[in-house]
Amino acid sequence: MSGHYGIGIDIGSTCAKTVAVDPGGSVVWRDLRPTGWSSVDTAEAIRRDLPEAIADGARFVATGYGRVSVPFADRCVTEISCHAKGAAALFGLDDLNVIDIGGQDTKLIVVTGGAVSEFAMNDKCSAGTGRFLEVMANTLSVSPAGLCEMAARGGETRISALCTVFAESEVVGLIGRGAPRENIAWGVVDSVARKVKTQAGKLRLGPGPLCLTGGLCDFPFVRTRLEAAFGRSVRTAPEARFAGALGAALYALR
Amino acid sequence: MADYVKMWQDLGMDLKSHDMLCQVLPTAVGDVFLTQQSRPKAMDFWDLVISEVHGIRPAELIEAQKAGRKVFGTFCVFVPDEIVIALNGIVTGLCGGSQFWVPGGEAVLPKNTCPLIKASVGARLGRTCPFFRIADVYVGETTCDGKKKAYEILGQDVPMIIMDVPQMKRPKDILKWKDEIAEFAAKAEEITGNALTVENLKAAIRTVNAKRRAMQRVYDARKSLTLPISGRDALLMTQISFFDDPERCAQMCNRLADELEQRIADGVSVANPGDKRILITGTPLAVPNWKLHNIIETSGAVVVCEEMCTGTRYFENPVDDSGETLDDLFMALAERYMKNNCACFTPNPGRVEDIIRLAKAYQADGVIDCSLKFCGLYDIEKRTVAEALKAEGIPVLPLETDYEDSDAGQLRTRIEAFVEMLNG
Repeated sequence: MSGHYGIGIDIGSTCAKTVAVDPGGSVVWRDLRPTGWSSVDTAEAIRRDLPEAIADGARFVATGYGRVSVPFADRCVTEISCHAKGAAALFGLDDLNVIDIGGQDTKLIVVTGGAVSEFAMNDKCSAGTGRFLEVMANTLSVSPAGLCEMAARGGETRISALCTVFAESEVVGLIGRGAPRENIAWGVVDSVARKVKTQAGKLRLGPGPLCLTGGLCDFPFVRTRLEAAFGRSVRTAPEARFAGALGAALYALR
Repeated sequence: MADYVKMWQDLGMDLKSHDMLCQVLPTAVGDVFLTQQSRPKAMDFWDLVISEVHGIRPAELIEAQKAGRKVFGTFCVFVPDEIVIALNGIVTGLCGGSQFWVPGGEAVLPKNTCPLIKASVGARLGRTCPFFRIADVYVGETTCDGKKKAYEILGQDVPMIIMDVPQMKRPKDILKWKDEIAEFAAKAEEITGNALTVENLKAAIRTVNAKRRAMQRVYDARKSLTLPISGRDALLMTQISFFDDPERCAQMCNRLADELEQRIADGVSVANPGDKRILITGTPLAVPNWKLHNIIETSGAVVVCEEMCTGTRYFENPVDDSGETLDDLFMALAERYMKNNCACFTPNPGRVEDIIRLAKAYQADGVIDCSLKFCGLYDIEKRTVAEALKAEGIPVLPLETDYEDSDAGQLRTRIEAFVEMLNG
């Protein structure tokens, strides 16, 4: 076993997540902050804030869309591999299907025997991602968290358009017709869940459970609608938004 | 660089716009090709051709026209070059591989048309492709709905021949394709003013077969684990072969193959140890579309084969030249061209068989199945391809892209993740 700490920095489109693990792989430090407009500055700020005892002699692995903007990283590993590794460690499973709903993209990763066997990502379109939820929350003048809380109290409402721009017009139309905000919020969260399910159709899901990671795992109603869309239970964990960073940190131990 | 301005002017090209196109190409060539380590020396020929892609060959075509030869511009590997060559005509590819031309195409076509068609129409209407300006006649074919309709726009002031490609592969479809070839031959005789004979057609078949064999030799060298040539260089060779004189093409490919075979014997490889070997399948990659190869080959992998029209579909299967009558030879041509497993056919089990056969022969670690955006045929077939490859235990990554650079980051993430997956 190597003696150094492993530090994983996951520069996402919205948030930068950092996890440090000790040489045995246990999490010793975590950090979450907005990515801001400069990934390089954010990465440097994270390094400054790291406790010296951890940073000294540590290896860094960068992941996420801003992975190439971490100048001091020893290595870059894609968010697909990192989320798979992090989620497997987090949930203590070798076989699982990871649903990661990020700010700008949604990933579905089939993990078999601890390794990625298949994956799918959304294309340029932001439907089914955190951004979709954010845009709709703005339209409804609430925070994304507020939207998800409201949605849990709402009644069944269908938003048919999958495109963020068209769906926004649809939401504006629903507001105009006086539909309750709770119901619209319900429709928004449900739309994200259904889009994720459609994306999963391109994969052959493995035998393990569905596990939700990424920024949306803090909102219980997202999980509720995902369970409805997939017709099976979805597991999550409070630290699941750090899955990518955790995976990167574990790669840094290698 | 030689001065081709006068020639472009005489061709009625839009010089101002064409200058902008000429400015971006050298950077792209530099970034994609010249940064590579340990390239085969014989690539100097293709480096020269690509550096003056709108100059050297167009000048030759114009000289040939002055001597009375006719130039046939084609869009697809289904058009039998042998007929044109037998009649002392010249076949050339046409432009359609750059984002530069897409807005011009979108001005007249729906946005949800594939970029290859949009770029071809844009290059044609914008008068920035010398090959479109030079061609005496265009030869189209019915391999997809987008092309069928685009030909109605492209053929407005240049004669346009359309060959009706069957959509199935029953014996009667092959006979029908033979009739199409015979009809095309009659039209080509009229255009060239020359008569088709058993002798000149046999000679042309041998010329094109020799070119096919030479290209196959280069590809055969790529099967070696000592990889003597990058995917980018092999792709460039294939792309240019659509524009070049077939005899020179064969000569240059053989010269390259000689060097590659020597490199294998000497243990000279362009790949880094541990690089994953990728077979690419899908829609054609027209000049200067090198985006996919470039991303793959800068992500810890190498491209070892293209199961594409700009790849094996272009040169596999020689034509039987043993026939004694024109009818025999037309049938031999029909049989050869109908072996092409384009996604326009239904059902199309041959393509899946080809991909599996080639993945094994080229010792590929994984397959990337990439189609151009809005190509419904290849996009729909992805599922069948993926299922068949999974059953064979061959990992596959399905992708969709166009000519824009804006998705390069997303493509790179997927490709790097795929390579990481292959590394286990």
